[in-house]
Amino acid sequence: MGKAWRYGDNVDTDVIIPARYLTTTDPGDLASHALEDLDPSFAAQVKPGDVVVAGDNFGCGSSREHAAICLKAAGVSAVVAGSFARIFFRNAINTGLPILECPEAVRDISNGDEVEVDLEHGVVVNVTRGQEYQAEPLPEFVMDIVRAGGLVGWVKQRVAAS
Amino acid sequence: MGSTITEKILAAHAGVDSVSPGEIIMCKVDLAMANDVTAPPAADAFARMEVGRVWDAAKIALVASHFAPAKDIASAGLLSRMRQFAQQHGIEHYFEAGRGGIEHILLPEEALVIPGDVVIGADSHSCTYGALGCFSTGVGSTDLAAVWATGEIWLRVPESMRIEYTGRPGPWVVGKDLILTVIAEIGDDGARYMAMEHTGEAIGHLSMDSRLTLTNMAIEAGAKSGIIPADETTIGYVSGRQQEMGRQRDMQVFASDETAAYARELTIDVDAIEPMVARPSLPSLSVPVTEVSGTRVDQVFIGSCTNARIEDLRIAAHVLGDHQIAKHVRVMVIPATQRVWQQANAEGLLDRFAAAGCAVSTPTCGACLGAHMGVLGPGEVCVSTSNRNYVGRMGDPTADVYLANPAVAMATAVAGEIAHPAEVQPVAPAERGVLVGG
Ligand code: SF4
Repeated sequence: MGKAWRYGDNVDTDVIIPARYLTTTDPGDLASHALEDLDPSFAAQVKPGDVVVAGDNFGCGSSREHAAICLKAAGVSAVVAGSFARIFFRNAINTGLPILECPEAVRDISNGDEVEVDLEHGVVVNVTRGQEYQAEPLPEFVMDIVRAGGLVGWVKQRVAAS
Repeated sequence: MGSTITEKILAAHAGVDSVSPGEIIMCKVDLAMANDVTAPPAADAFARMEVGRVWDAAKIALVASHFAPAKDIASAGLLSRMRQFAQQHGIEHYFEAGRGGIEHILLPEEALVIPGDVVIGADSHSCTYGALGCFSTGVGSTDLAAVWATGEIWLRVPESMRIEYTGRPGPWVVGKDLILTVIAEIGDDGARYMAMEHTGEAIGHLSMDSRLTLTNMAIEAGAKSGIIPADETTIGYVSGRQQEMGRQRDMQVFASDETAAYARELTIDVDAIEPMVARPSLPSLSVPVTEVSGTRVDQVFIGSCTNARIEDLRIAAHVLGDHQIAKHVRVMVIPATQRVWQQANAEGLLDRFAAAGCAVSTPTCGACLGAHMGVLGPGEVCVSTSNRNYVGRMGDPTADVYLANPAVAMATAVAGEIAHPAEVQPVAPAERGVLVGG
């Protein structure tokens, strides 16, 4: 469970992690600049377990996996959005950053609300307001990658099985 | 029910007769590309997959583009990690500064992508190659590492959006203006998860360079891919490239069935399109140039995988004519690849730019992503021929970026404020023998 950081539509990967920081691949370094150009207070104040809640098309733009990695390394336990841009969606699944599409929850969650996310069952709970939402479930194929801990684990399983 | 071109290419690579939107398939890959930003994390993920060898060293391309030539010590580190991976795995298609350039312009030039292929690139603008009639999409580094390991990728078969372009582009209108018009109409996520299929008579009038611009910006509408069915222009271009590079592979020309199903169909009247400018800070905020003309600028950037091909530089040089650039404006001209640079040099274009006061650089992504060679300072205003004008994209988050075609960009450089090319260069390009829009 954690506090919601509420943002709008089209949060692009350039504001999640600006290109000027892409010379490093260290998750901790990246985390210290997460969302810097959108919300300079985020990286300093985010607590482990916090949830990023945003509108439509979250993660649009560049294919930089650094965007998913910096949020995860910053302690973000999940991103709940109205919708995700497709490359960010894949990157999040592949690197083990939990994400859920749930426009209804996004509509009702305010900045600072306490939010809990259950990825396996696709449930988002707004603890502050006592409301519960059922998110769009992830396809079973994608859940297999999630259960393998990300794409690296999934590939290892497949290679071992073949 | 029939299939779209995208469904046919994917089915052929999944080894099945047909596929439907929404279905998840495992697809064989013809080329897997990464650059200096995405290859190092991919190499780390690949090592963690513990498979040892890459699936096919001849089907991997590694391109030093974003921070190349190294802009600082950290980026030199990324570049050398990519070089080490290339050496360790015997990657044949490895492109250093001085021998490559920006991947999305380089790979078609090198005849490494051809009609009918499935191309996976660890860069969002990998959708560009679709202009050649192939399926091509961008992924992140771990996805790419999985392709290196297995030669396959999982894909959700996308719904298709069919865009029919009627009419003929007027003077000063190129692929950039068509795609900005579409994005303004459908929005920044209007084609999210979809394949954008560009068809219609106006496409026949577009040069290969202009078509590559059209598919380059599919991602700016959230699309998974952009595709233009191969026609004589495509086949002529690809055959020419194959011959020059000495690379022969059979092209597979696919076309959509008349009975194919589309999630959305759109008609764009190209006769009515004017040169477009995307206002800060989203590509969808595009308007005809006349609505923003007079906006004072500090920098003009002519470069990037969107508009730094030879045709783009010819158009820019044509608009420049014998003018000098405005005193208060800094102009960066960055040809996209070594080959484009050499061609522009041979034609005297680089000299012309330099004589007019432009800074001309060796190929790199550079200013496009605010890396180097033209990073914007606080409050600066830039007209860029690239594809993204997001907050902070080209440097300081308070800088403003306007996107435009090369003719508008150079007209702006001359006028010192956003200008229609006709304002600075009254001779229409067709009369001067320069092909604009086909
Ligand atoms: S030129 Fe710009 S958009 Fe194109 S690949 Fe390079 S950084 Fe990306």
